[in-house]
Amino acid sequence: MGNLFKIAIRNLLRYKRRTLLTFSLITIGVVFVLVFISVSGSFKNMMIGQITDSMLGHLQIHRKGYVASIDNLPLNLNLKAGAAARLENILDKEPEIEAYSPRIKFGGMFSNFTETSGIRLTAIYPEKEYSTTPLLPTRVIEGSKDLKRGGILIPELLAKGMKVKTGDMAVIVATNQDGSVNGKQFTVTGILQSVTGPGGRDGYIHMEDAVEILRMNDKEISEFAIRLKDFGKLYKFSEKLEALLSKELNPQEKPVFELHTWEKLSPFFNIARMIDVMTFFIKLMLIAIVLISIMNVMIMAVYERIREIGTLAAIGTLPGKILNMFVIEGFCLGVGGAIVGNIAGIIIVFILNLSKITFDFGQQKGFILQAFIKPSDILVISATVIIVSVIASLQPALKASRMEPITALRHV
Amino acid sequence: MALIIADHIIKDYQTEDVVVHALKDVTFEIEPASFVSFVGPSGSGKTTLLNLVGCLDKPSEGTLMVADTDVARLDRKAGAAFRGRHLGFIFQDFNLIPVLTVYENIEYPLIMVQNIPSAERKERIERVLAAVGMADQKDKYPGQISGGQKQRVAIARALVTNPKLVLADEPTANLDSATAYAVIELMKKMRDDLGTTFIFSTHDTKIVGEAEIIFTLEDGELKGKENKGGRSNG
Repeated sequence: MGNLFKIAIRNLLRYKRRTLLTFSLITIGVVFVLVFISVSGSFKNMMIGQITDSMLGHLQIHRKGYVASIDNLPLNLNLKAGAAARLENILDKEPEIEAYSPRIKFGGMFSNFTETSGIRLTAIYPEKEYSTTPLLPTRVIEGSKDLKRGGILIPELLAKGMKVKTGDMAVIVATNQDGSVNGKQFTVTGILQSVTGPGGRDGYIHMEDAVEILRMNDKEISEFAIRLKDFGKLYKFSEKLEALLSKELNPQEKPVFELHTWEKLSPFFNIARMIDVMTFFIKLMLIAIVLISIMNVMIMAVYERIREIGTLAAIGTLPGKILNMFVIEGFCLGVGGAIVGNIAGIIIVFILNLSKITFDFGQQKGFILQAFIKPSDILVISATVIIVSVIASLQPALKASRMEPITALRHV
Repeated sequence: MALIIADHIIKDYQTEDVVVHALKDVTFEIEPASFVSFVGPSGSGKTTLLNLVGCLDKPSEGTLMVADTDVARLDRKAGAAFRGRHLGFIFQDFNLIPVLTVYENIEYPLIMVQNIPSAERKERIERVLAAVGMADQKDKYPGQISGGQKQRVAIARALVTNPKLVLADEPTANLDSATAYAVIELMKKMRDDLGTTFIFSTHDTKIVGEAEIIFTLEDGELKGKENKGGRSNG
């Protein structure tokens, strides 16, 4: 086998310019894919991080049917106190969960005594919420991150539009489940930067204030947001929790809860998916580059060495060894291209990170690009390049191995 | 027992429109350790006959036994194995592998064809290198040596596997006459030393005289045989 490698490498060096061109093509392809994957992956991870860590959490549990009507924030589809307690009991036992946060979500009117505007409110226990969505406090661009009873965090756009500052008084008016209207006075304690863009009209109040304003006898929870210790185990844990929740049935023997990962709750998942699709097509392009360039160079190699193949066959080289000889040439090209491409890709990503390139996401500006190449990406790309190189060499190699020595020796 | 028994060999080629009768009912026998030449003008069937004996092609009709094997019955893989075990080839254009050194070219069939252990390989290569007078050139590539030297390397490569039969198609065609004589003399010496049968084709009348048995071919027919002391039955 060592001899086959020696012959293959020397044959590659025999046509230095052609080998270098093919090698460069593969290297450029690998570099391009690696840089694209690391940069787009960095953007995707930042985006997912922003969405999950400052708003959604990794998973959410609602009463069955709630998500279908989520735009209306239906209070009648909140989890009753008993169901919420049972759910908390289940969540407390799961070691994969880092934190969870119960929320009451409702729509209301925000008044600064001269103007009134609609607002979507999320009532939280600040400690639980900040543990579940740790980036939420970082969105407080003005005022205090500490949300106490009687305080309200309002979105930046609402504050600007209604000329409200921290420390100002405001009134929230909301309709409870029975249809009666109630109001409560709040102090604006903080102003929140929007994550999702100009449409953000979400404010935060303390859970006990929501119970009071909605005149709830028992605390009825709209949703539980969950943060996992390991985001990579999202799907596995989601399946596990789904199975646990499916055992919780109402008197009509129907499930009480519904579980959703962040992907089903945010339109940004489509962007994340689009990035994945683009990555897939970039990888396809790499495969095409490797396939065509290796096949081209190997077809040429076989064509140019027909007499040599005839000689090898004449002196008794078995067809299998002739096949291996050419496949190993393609393999060496692939391995070389993959190694150099990976090294160059890592260096380029390192330089990109050193350059501290910034980009914006929604209303948030100045995120620093932190491109990262996962070892698994290097392995997958390298394996793809090498496997495709071998596959691309197979057809020319098969042709060489099946050549009749007499025909090959006659070739001019 | 004859090393080669050709019995009423016919070889036809189908070209686009016509059938070419390359060999017409050729019968002969060659004994081991013979030094044989097939002579004749271009198109007489010399190369075709060598290709058949060398198991590179199959006769259309007739039986061809080489080293007790009916070579017409061998498939591609078995044919390659047979060639690797029993035959050596010397080509008109030397056909050395350009990316391998002289030493590696000679080593090639021992590694890739016969799988000979390293120590024995080294001993055999050094022996044949010394025999063909190329020991001091062993690290050079084919592109760095002369035509005569290339043919010496080709002879060494053909002999290193200890074949029963070496086939040489116009081995001197690309050499000047002094080098051509030297190559033929070397082949003869190898035959004397190792007992290997040599069959070569040529249309060079001066070289022909060096053979011990001369078969004359004309238009695919065996027209004559001259035995100058060799072992064969025509």
